[in-house]
Amino acid sequence: MQRIVIAAISGGLFGAGLLVSGMTDTNKVQGWLDVFGAWDPTLAFVLGGAILPMLLAWHLTTKRAASLVGEPFPAKPDPKLGHNLVIGSVLFGAGWGLAGLCPGPAIASLSWGGTGGITFILAMIGGMVIAQPVRAQIDRLAAA
Amino acid sequence: MIETDWIWGLVGGLMIGAAAAVYLLGNGRVMGASGIIGGLVDRSGLSTWAERVAFLAALVVVPALMLPLFSVEISTNITPNLAVIVTAGLLVGVGTRLANGCTSGHGVCGISRFSLRGIVATVFYLLAGGIVMVLFRHVLGVI
Repeated sequence: MQRIVIAAISGGLFGAGLLVSGMTDTNKVQGWLDVFGAWDPTLAFVLGGAILPMLLAWHLTTKRAASLVGEPFPAKPDPKLGHNLVIGSVLFGAGWGLAGLCPGPAIASLSWGGTGGITFILAMIGGMVIAQPVRAQIDRLAAA
Repeated sequence: MIETDWIWGLVGGLMIGAAAAVYLLGNGRVMGASGIIGGLVDRSGLSTWAERVAFLAALVVVPALMLPLFSVEISTNITPNLAVIVTAGLLVGVGTRLANGCTSGHGVCGISRFSLRGIVATVFYLLAGGIVMVLFRHVLGVI
């Protein structure tokens, strides 16, 4: 139960922050990516602001044995980069630029995003479904 | 006017970071939106389904309840072009699962941990997004 309450607090705060920061507005995201147009630096303030509490949080994980619910803190990921990290990030960035939505803001704006927003979420879920066969195919090609 | 947007961006950003800190220090997990959704979609995260659903439900409900607080009309301003929306959604879905993270997981949680994977992912999705803007807005004029 405690885990669920913590997850809900986190999700709610995340959604509130996305709305307040303007990141649910595709114009602001595309304005940030559009360096050759009317460039909008807001996203830099959002990312910078978001990193600050997490610098402290990651520091605190080194001082404590485990999280509040007793779950161990996530281990540092394998530093190996791999082709899927790069290919995936390029594909994600291309989609992010096209519509101006990434997964968090897409979900956060569900209640006012209209059919366009719902269509985006359904397509994103479809993309997540085909990600496993796509990954297998990429790995086969990379091994060849 | 634009400067006010920067301040709200910073305030909202701090809230996003605080949300990620709550998830990390509370549940011992990295707050990544694509991972939380994707684990339900491909069933890899079914053992933690309840906290994923709680996170996503609050992510939808809390901003919805906040809408009346705004004096300006809130809109996503998403393109009406259905082909662009579907293509973008598919790319975001496939890409974030291949890369194992999006703006929240790699960007917010990864960079703040000085994770090489998070930094590399962020560089590549920013570059790809910027190139897409140049190509599709300034060259082709479709977005």
